[in-house]
Amino acid sequence: MQREMDRLFGRAGGPVAPAFPPMNVRLNENGAELTAELPGVKPDDLGISVHDHTLTLKGHREPGEGEGAWHRRERAFGQFARSLQLPFEPDADNVEAICRDGVLKLRLHRSEADTPKTITVQS
Amino acid sequence: MAENKGQEIQKQETQLQQGTEPTREGRLFMPPTDIRETNDSIVLTADMPGVKPDGVDVTLEKDVLTVCGAVADEHLGNHNGDGYAEYEVGNYQRSFALSDEIDRDKIDARMDNGVLTLTLPKTTPSQKRIEVKAG
Repeated sequence: MQREMDRLFGRAGGPVAPAFPPMNVRLNENGAELTAELPGVKPDDLGISVHDHTLTLKGHREPGEGEGAWHRRERAFGQFARSLQLPFEPDADNVEAICRDGVLKLRLHRSEADTPKTITVQS
Repeated sequence: MAENKGQEIQKQETQLQQGTEPTREGRLFMPPTDIRETNDSIVLTADMPGVKPDGVDVTLEKDVLTVCGAVADEHLGNHNGDGYAEYEVGNYQRSFALSDEIDRDKIDARMDNGVLTLTLPKTTPSQKRIEVKAG
């Protein structure tokens, strides 16, 4: 019964508002590659910061303007902010960020201090 | 980092008409769209991140407007390795039924930062359809 109710009404706590922007993260040996879908956000309206293990993405999306009657308004607008906890400490001076066609690509590199060192075992 | 791991993929898939099958592999998404109507035109704005101006295809057949967007290769990405995903990459398609007469020759399409803006001017009264009289 409970399972049936859960199925009907969704997960406990009700529907969760989708986080904006949606992100994809891919980890590799040297760090991480992150992409986010930010259609219509100008690079000037975007703020990216790195502190410790946390990456923060802030910005705003302009509402559609103009006269006339709205028949549909499905595109979200307004302020957004998202923080992401990374499994390594990124090098804040070495972050590559490209925003093209409404897709942000971030390349984060592990900081020197955070890179694992290989220890040779002596016999 | 996996704060939203259980979250469903946010994009909505395009429902093709019954009896229609996609010719290409991969998922097809419905771009979120704003539609605004003024006295002389209908303005349609659609979010299609990853689509370049040359990847957009707009067709108007009878009263059905179809917007297609093909994601550029550079945004298709590499899906190997460790990671965590909140969205899927795929092409976009959506159709709209238009009620007003549109001046087909003056349709203006613009693609800017992954946002398509379509301006569909309405026909002037002199170009309106010819009335059919009974009798």
